[in-house]
Amino acid sequence: MVSSAIKHAALILAGLIMLYPVLWLVVSSLRPTDEIFRDPGLVIRSTEFSNYADGWNTLSSPFTVFLINSSLVVLGCILGNLFSCSLAAYAFARLDFAGKKWWFAIMLITIMLPIHVVIVPQYILFSQLGWVNTFVPLILPKVLATDAFFIFLMVQFIRGIPRELDEAARIDGCGQGRIFAQVILPLMVPALATTAVFTFIWTWNDFFSQLLYLTKPEMYTVPLALRAFMDAQSSTSWGPMFAMSVVSLIPIFLVFLFGQRFLIKGIATTGGK
Amino acid sequence: MSALGELHSLTKREKGQPKVKVKHRHNKAAYLFLLPWFLGLGIITIGPMISSLILSFTKYNLLQAPKFIGFDNYIRMLSDESLHQSLGVTFLYVFVSVPVQLGMALALALLLDRGVRGLAFYRSVFYLPSLLGSSVAIAVLWKQVFGTEGLVNQFLAMFGIAGQGWISSPQTALGTLIILNVWTFGAPMVIFLAGLRQIPTMYYEAASTDGASKFRQFRTITLPLLTPIIFFNLVLQIIHAFQSFTQAFIVSGGSGGPAESTLFYTLYLYIRGFSNFDMGYASAMAWVLLLIIGAFTAINFWASKHWVFYDD
Repeated sequence: MVSSAIKHAALILAGLIMLYPVLWLVVSSLRPTDEIFRDPGLVIRSTEFSNYADGWNTLSSPFTVFLINSSLVVLGCILGNLFSCSLAAYAFARLDFAGKKWWFAIMLITIMLPIHVVIVPQYILFSQLGWVNTFVPLILPKVLATDAFFIFLMVQFIRGIPRELDEAARIDGCGQGRIFAQVILPLMVPALATTAVFTFIWTWNDFFSQLLYLTKPEMYTVPLALRAFMDAQSSTSWGPMFAMSVVSLIPIFLVFLFGQRFLIKGIATTGGK
Repeated sequence: MSALGELHSLTKREKGQPKVKVKHRHNKAAYLFLLPWFLGLGIITIGPMISSLILSFTKYNLLQAPKFIGFDNYIRMLSDESLHQSLGVTFLYVFVSVPVQLGMALALALLLDRGVRGLAFYRSVFYLPSLLGSSVAIAVLWKQVFGTEGLVNQFLAMFGIAGQGWISSPQTALGTLIILNVWTFGAPMVIFLAGLRQIPTMYYEAASTDGASKFRQFRTITLPLLTPIIFFNLVLQIIHAFQSFTQAFIVSGGSGGPAESTLFYTLYLYIRGFSNFDMGYASAMAWVLLLIIGAFTAINFWASKHWVFYDD
């Protein structure tokens, strides 16, 4: 009994330390800037929403534009991943084709490949096609199933679906296309949800490729806007900057809140990333 | 089974299997299903990989045509002090933050294992930072927290300790980024938790009947059966940490400062390639990074024979 109480006390303390900076960020975003540098506590004396109003309109475009841009990129990436990875996963999990073992091994290896070894020629290619300052370079790779992690996740999931279901559909005269679309796809909704949730978070947070491909302020996504904000401002505007940081984290937090089940399952069954 | 486990068993099954000509039933359908993936593999992955290898032997600034210069880029790397600094920074970051992060993850997973009340709540609390950690917003926060008048120093002042500018000092700047990486231990922790749940309880029951202490049970049951998961986490977190970029970029304003103390390898690659437009050199750096990561993964696989225990 005593040891259990100590354990819980330790866990709560550790959790509090872990989350303290984030909680403090939220509280501080409601404080005038000079107070941010004086008050390490979490007590809110007066709520100051002016930081949010100021931050929203500090850059050349209002923050709404960046939120929309990020949302468009995220939406494109999610649809791309769901489409291309589920097709590839079905082939790897259910179909019998020449060189399958080799292609599968190559697919697994690409999960571990650093993006830097392809980024220079990719950038040259996309810039020659005139796609810099469009969302195409960010979304197209997903439509072409380069996030192999999700193929693997879906392969694992499809392997768990009883083969009798496919057999029954085949006896009824279904081709592979219909078995995939009408039997497997509806059953793999949890894997699709996991993919959507992870793609959302990783794309929303992604900075490196967005930094390369989006250089016009009106095309900025949320991370790029925050970075521009940080570079443009003097130390007096931490309040508005904190406010916009909070705004940028809210979607992640919401997705975490509602999609947690899929996240935990996803990393537990694939060993995660 | 994890991706690494799959690769492992793919190489194992290879041996001793008789070569039989099999007729593959679904060639046409399979290639149709894999069409997007094949296109991606060619256009987005393998094509650019080969191109970057070729570019690494050239001088290319995007404006003039690439000029073949043989091994010059690689030879220049030997005497590039900033490159050596970036390697040092990156190695230090990887080899300090990954073991500490995994240690924390394992410790918390063990604490949370086996019927702690409120497990789901605690798990969420510890997992959340790993989703936030790679964002620009958290890097912005870190810059304030470890700044001269930041949160850390405000706390220290309460105890009468005068802090310093942790991010503005070359001695401590990298340390703040290591702390940030350790802070994201939640993702490997969840993997450890899943691994712990796979260990059959009857092992522990048998051991306690035989009078084995809790510590003995941990050392002879939990730890050996967990080694494949530890290995998996180790390989992935090392690969991941080698590629860290965002946090150093934001905290140092894109410079890798102060005094190049946060100049991650990938940040230096970005500066050479996309600020100086030295595409040939950046490509050479990318290939060296690939070789480094490949070497460490290979070493890990080789060493795993001596400490990873497979129960099959």
